[in-house]
Amino acid sequence: MKRETILNAVILLALLMLPVWALFADEPFLITLTTRAVILAIAGIGLNFALGFGGLVSLGHAAFFGLGGYAMGILAYHAQNYTPMMEWPLLIEGTKSMPLIWLVAIVTGALAALVIGALSLRTTGVYFIMITLAFGQMFYYFAISWPAYGGEDGLSIYVRNGFPGLNTMDPIQFFAICYVLLLIVLFGTWRAARSPFGLMLGAARQNPDRVQAVGQVPYRLYLTAFTISGAITGLAGALFADLNRFVSPAMLSWQTSGEIMVFVILGGVGRVFGPVAGAALFILLEHSLGGLSEFWHIYLGAILLGVVLFARGGLYGLIVGREVAHD
Amino acid sequence: MSFLKLSHVSAFYGPSQALFDVDLAVGEGEVLALMGRNGMGKSTTLKVICRLLKHRGGSVLFDDRDLSRLKPHQAARAGIGLVPEGRRCFTNLTVHENLIAAARPGAWDFAAVSDLFPRLAERRDQLAGSLSGGEQQMLAIGRALMTNPRLLILDEATEGLAPVVRLEIWAAIARLKAETGLAIIVVDKSLKELASVADSAVILEKGRSVWAGAFADLTPDITDRHLGI
Repeated sequence: MKRETILNAVILLALLMLPVWALFADEPFLITLTTRAVILAIAGIGLNFALGFGGLVSLGHAAFFGLGGYAMGILAYHAQNYTPMMEWPLLIEGTKSMPLIWLVAIVTGALAALVIGALSLRTTGVYFIMITLAFGQMFYYFAISWPAYGGEDGLSIYVRNGFPGLNTMDPIQFFAICYVLLLIVLFGTWRAARSPFGLMLGAARQNPDRVQAVGQVPYRLYLTAFTISGAITGLAGALFADLNRFVSPAMLSWQTSGEIMVFVILGGVGRVFGPVAGAALFILLEHSLGGLSEFWHIYLGAILLGVVLFARGGLYGLIVGREVAHD
Repeated sequence: MSFLKLSHVSAFYGPSQALFDVDLAVGEGEVLALMGRNGMGKSTTLKVICRLLKHRGGSVLFDDRDLSRLKPHQAARAGIGLVPEGRRCFTNLTVHENLIAAARPGAWDFAAVSDLFPRLAERRDQLAGSLSGGEQQMLAIGRALMTNPRLLILDEATEGLAPVVRLEIWAAIARLKAETGLAIIVVDKSLKELASVADSAVILEKGRSVWAGAFADLTPDITDRHLGI
């Protein structure tokens, strides 16, 4: 068995066993902390789809994360207040159903990514970074100035949304939902990365002209990847808002985009499991370094600097080698 | 009846004209040798056929279809497969991934390519970047075949390869000619090997097609005058 496969299994097992141990040790905080890592891992996987597989350095992914969060917040807000979202021309009511909220968050994230990607992908390099950042900030300022849904203060949801047959207010049950979603997203991403589409996406990053010579269009490959990336990140946003039972413009800010990028870089860009390792490591550092000093971001910055300078493949590169496996 | 026909084609790199009234025709199942010294416009002609460079004058017809409005990916989908100079495999993908990523429906699949180049099957899960030059060339040809082209273009397919590997590549080209109905354009400097597969030849000089005819009609006088061989 390859070292990478073993590391993947170890990380997934650790993420599963920690909350189980916390349950028996009566440490619900640890369950919530792991749930947070799992959700952020999904967001990281979303960004990795564009950044790692397509080489698209986006600083606007907080837009999709926040849109997912607001999709949850707005639907739940109307459901808890028994007010319709819209009465004319169609009656649209809120919902507290998680699967429905996820669907809306995925579609919203995908649509936003499709529109932003269609415009942004006409540029490359630093211009692409800047235009995605600008789109992200547009959503951020829009949320701040939208008083109907809390404006700068955000939206609070009193009770976590529901999932058939489960008590989502129980931390371990909500963790189980998020963990299963992580597995589904990981499996889907793994399959996509090895499909002709995923392979061509990687090839387009290396040589767009050559990809055209075998009948593919790099722009379409990038746009598809960006849209899928937005959909996954939107789902993560809905889960994150449900975890906190709160959504605010902070989810849409460029700092959030940067944080998601940190998970990807820490874990290993272009590795399917890289963002999972990165998010887990980030939460671990946040928890442990945060206990030492309130300026823990300084230490995180030093670690990130070390990773970029000496371990460019991130945690995965350090442990299993920099070459991305293709088995 | 020509399968691919270039008539009076001119092409430019910015303000510099690279091709002047180039004429070229390839029939179905025919192997054409495109010849000329370095810098005479061979690769530019191939770029025009593959639509990697737009021509400004003349016409390019492929199976009676005007290629002038097509983009590179549309030309590839129309059935033009290019094996570029310098191989240029996707080095971050394995042999198998390089092949299946480019696959289009048709007779050429991984098994058929493996039959033509058994070494690729042996190296199936190896990263393309770690292959020898000859194996990368085989992979580049295999990748082009996986698009199931009707016209295969080989640009300097044996350049810089060991003699034994060159023989393997030439044997594969001969087999393609004998067993498939592929039209093939070969750019190469090896007259002897070209003679074993080519039906016709076009010689380019300073961006102009200066000689065209059956390969058997190439006399030492012509090759000496235009190719310096």
